[in-house]
Amino acid sequence: MSSDRRANPSDVLRPRNVGAPIKRTEDPRLLTGNGEYTADRKPDRPLHLAFLRSGQPHARIERIDTSAALGAPGVIAVLTADDIADDFKPVIPFSRMPNYHATPIVPLASRKVRYVGEPVVAIVATSRYLAEDALELIEVDYEPLGAISRAELAIADGAPLLHEEAGTNVLLAREFKKGDVGADLKAAAVRVGGRFEMTRKAPLAMEPRSYAAEYEKRRDAITLYTSSNIPGIVRDAVSESLGLPGHRLRVVAPDVGGSFGSKGSLYPEELLICIAARKLRRSVKWTADRLEDVSSSSQAFAEIVNAEMGFDANGIATSLQADVIGDVGAFSIYPWTCGLEPVQVVSFLPGPYKIGSYRGVVRGVATCKPPTGPYRGVGRPISTFVTERLMDLGAAALGVDPLEIRRRNLVRAEEFPYRIASGIIWDKTGFTECLDAAAEAVGYGQLRKLQAEARKQGRLFGIGIASYAELTGIGSRIAVAPGMPINTGSETAKITIDSTGAITAAFGVASHGQGLETTLAQIVADDLGARFEDVRVIQGDSDEVPMSTGTYASRSAVLGGGAAKHASKILQEKIKRVASHLLEANADDIEVTEGRAIVLGTDRAVTFKQIAKAVYSDMKTLPVEAREELTATYTYDPINGTTAAATHIAAVEVDPATCFVRILKFVVAEDCGRIINPMIVDGQVHGGVAQGIGAALLEELIYDEDGQLLTASLVDYMIPSAPEVPLMDVVHIESESAVAGGFRGMGEGGTIGAPAAIANAIADALSPLGIGVSILPMTPERIFKLMEQAKGREDE
Amino acid sequence: MTTEVSVTVNGETYHVPDVEPRLLLSDFLRDLLGLTGTHVGCEHGVCGACTVLVNGDSVRSCLMLAVQANGAEIITVEGLGSPEELNVLQTEFREHHGLQCGFCTPGMLMTGEDLLRKYPLATDEDIREGLSGNLCRCTGYQNIVAAIRSAAVKRTEKAS
Repeated sequence: MSSDRRANPSDVLRPRNVGAPIKRTEDPRLLTGNGEYTADRKPDRPLHLAFLRSGQPHARIERIDTSAALGAPGVIAVLTADDIADDFKPVIPFSRMPNYHATPIVPLASRKVRYVGEPVVAIVATSRYLAEDALELIEVDYEPLGAISRAELAIADGAPLLHEEAGTNVLLAREFKKGDVGADLKAAAVRVGGRFEMTRKAPLAMEPRSYAAEYEKRRDAITLYTSSNIPGIVRDAVSESLGLPGHRLRVVAPDVGGSFGSKGSLYPEELLICIAARKLRRSVKWTADRLEDVSSSSQAFAEIVNAEMGFDANGIATSLQADVIGDVGAFSIYPWTCGLEPVQVVSFLPGPYKIGSYRGVVRGVATCKPPTGPYRGVGRPISTFVTERLMDLGAAALGVDPLEIRRRNLVRAEEFPYRIASGIIWDKTGFTECLDAAAEAVGYGQLRKLQAEARKQGRLFGIGIASYAELTGIGSRIAVAPGMPINTGSETAKITIDSTGAITAAFGVASHGQGLETTLAQIVADDLGARFEDVRVIQGDSDEVPMSTGTYASRSAVLGGGAAKHASKILQEKIKRVASHLLEANADDIEVTEGRAIVLGTDRAVTFKQIAKAVYSDMKTLPVEAREELTATYTYDPINGTTAAATHIAAVEVDPATCFVRILKFVVAEDCGRIINPMIVDGQVHGGVAQGIGAALLEELIYDEDGQLLTASLVDYMIPSAPEVPLMDVVHIESESAVAGGFRGMGEGGTIGAPAAIANAIADALSPLGIGVSILPMTPERIFKLMEQAKGREDE
Repeated sequence: MTTEVSVTVNGETYHVPDVEPRLLLSDFLRDLLGLTGTHVGCEHGVCGACTVLVNGDSVRSCLMLAVQANGAEIITVEGLGSPEELNVLQTEFREHHGLQCGFCTPGMLMTGEDLLRKYPLATDEDIREGLSGNLCRCTGYQNIVAAIRSAAVKRTEKAS
């Protein structure tokens, strides 16, 4: 099935760098203020952009008057949709999905606006301060068309249409089906269900979105520096839209200050800044302020799931049915489409469980909000929340311990590969091993005793478990987003030893905090036989490899790492061939290690520098045909990809006076296959869990009935700070995987498991009051209301 | 109306003419002095990425005007250590993997320096409380706390 064999024994014995907690190469520059983020670029006399954004949720643009702004100090140009109409082609987020309506992406709103925050006019001035001053002078007349603030309103009769061409506000509809759910539910001993919701959330990277289009007059070329994790996709899309070939459009993601998905789609501002640079033949910079970033970057979740699960008398889950409605915002996002998040919810709802029959229907509905897009975990935080709540509800109804019910339903070691009811195939992963390891690490039995004591004292103490599985490192057989035409199944590595003996490994993947410069160098060092410190990794630059789609969907360790292994191997063979000439030995008797080729069992050796000199600079030592360029390129496609899994266990206490939730304990047992750098893996888990805590307890983008965002500052949109995040314990299960190197992707998992585990823990804590958890985040306000309602019920 | 601003930043004195009174200290440092190590994450004083030391106290440079800093002594992340020679706190951040994307890091380091200089930091809760005005979205704070703890231990060892 896969293009790789399992790791062979010599690979297992030899590695020196893979598996070690090597200090990151990135750190010295980032710790000393020597990093270079997009906003730090200093092109020659740059111009600055500012955007006038819509304050209307849905309105026809009747008139735009820019004359006063044009005369303002420092203003070079004022651009509206009409001014740039001939400078680009709209970008269409195409998909082969049936029942899907693509909505075109344009740099500036044309004729009408569809959400508050949509860019309408762009001002180019000599400074950001002057550009923002001039925004005040623009006049726009709008004819309101009626706000659609919630998904339920969008599908109501007589609702205004956001995209008239689509003829409906339902931008996508799909159904997944296996077996006879109706019959199985009817036959079930216990049926549990409810309406579950995860509200709209912001990925909220600390670095706001930022772009610098650096114009090169002499050849009408642009280098777009972008805070993006998909520079290759941006290059291809802007190239197509602006009619600028790839050799005149370089897209670079330099140091990027986090993304979590919010920088993983093409943005109107990226198109506009390139159009402006080309029109004005000047370099142009733009960095979002926090309000712009929160109100115009892609958002997350916003789904309501009505679900029901049936169990037999032994606690085996037999059937699951779900109706998902996703509030996808005003546009379908490029390239992923508005199907990415909600369709993934339905795909992953059966989770790591052997549920016999399944029916999942999903609708993605347009509303007057910014588009939803990829966010760490994509769909799975919600599918896991729903399924794990149902597992706990089933356990309670059957009188089975929550740990035990999961043990009965998880796919077991001998049952892999396993196709779940939605059609996803899990390859061999430690599902039950993670469950057991998490229970052991948290001291489950003891914790239940502590809980019993706490309850006797009247304290609201709860324990929550969540198990999940995810697909990572997906190859070409599965599209990352449903029906998407872009090849997300491969990545390229190009490794070169130059005439000085220096090693450069270039990739298209684009790190934005994951430390790929370090982990990919670890792989190259081991597989090439170089010293770690001698390998320079270049990534995030569209000029370095012919095609790349970047870093997303937990793919870079698997695809980038796989490409690195293969390219290293090819280059090592070349080194051996040259060394065999120089050392007069059989290539098979040569070992390459620590930057030297050595004849096995002797002290005869040549360094990479000597080998490079012989190949490139010296005309005598080698015969002409032996002077092979010391470079290797490999494009790796894992075809199917691989599974990653974890169990999270949380212990919480709810303060009945303040309704604050305190997390007392948090344990993650995860299986990401062979670990490249345990320090980095732990860091990814910690950060993912912290975001999951935000999703479970704090973070919510609240739009009012008029489509106005009420939580647009970091005061109103609260992300976890240090006191809210507990000490976390992470346990690793390293199951063998069939992909190159045995790596599994793991950057998203923390955010998938944590909301469900915390939700279950809160529900457990509040169970003496008869309160369930069906919506996240469980803010103190929501808990207070539920407790008041419970009191009301008691009083009756 | 513009004015001259004279400041000492990381030991170097700058006399900058024609500074607009509305110019933020963060923009002054980044755009006029070219010290882009100080990052701007929210421009409303919540995220702490732009934290610098002004006359020995941690300050959000996005909430201070450059003209208010006239005559002040400022330390930014560039004043702590170099890539070749990290200072104690920077070294511990690297050792403990206290940074991922690095964007909040300059603010974390400057706040950390301030905490280490002024407070005993007896417990990790003290460190977490001290960091509560600096947001990080990557690390979950655990390794940042560990790095500051370790730096505090090293400083105590050095002092005794």
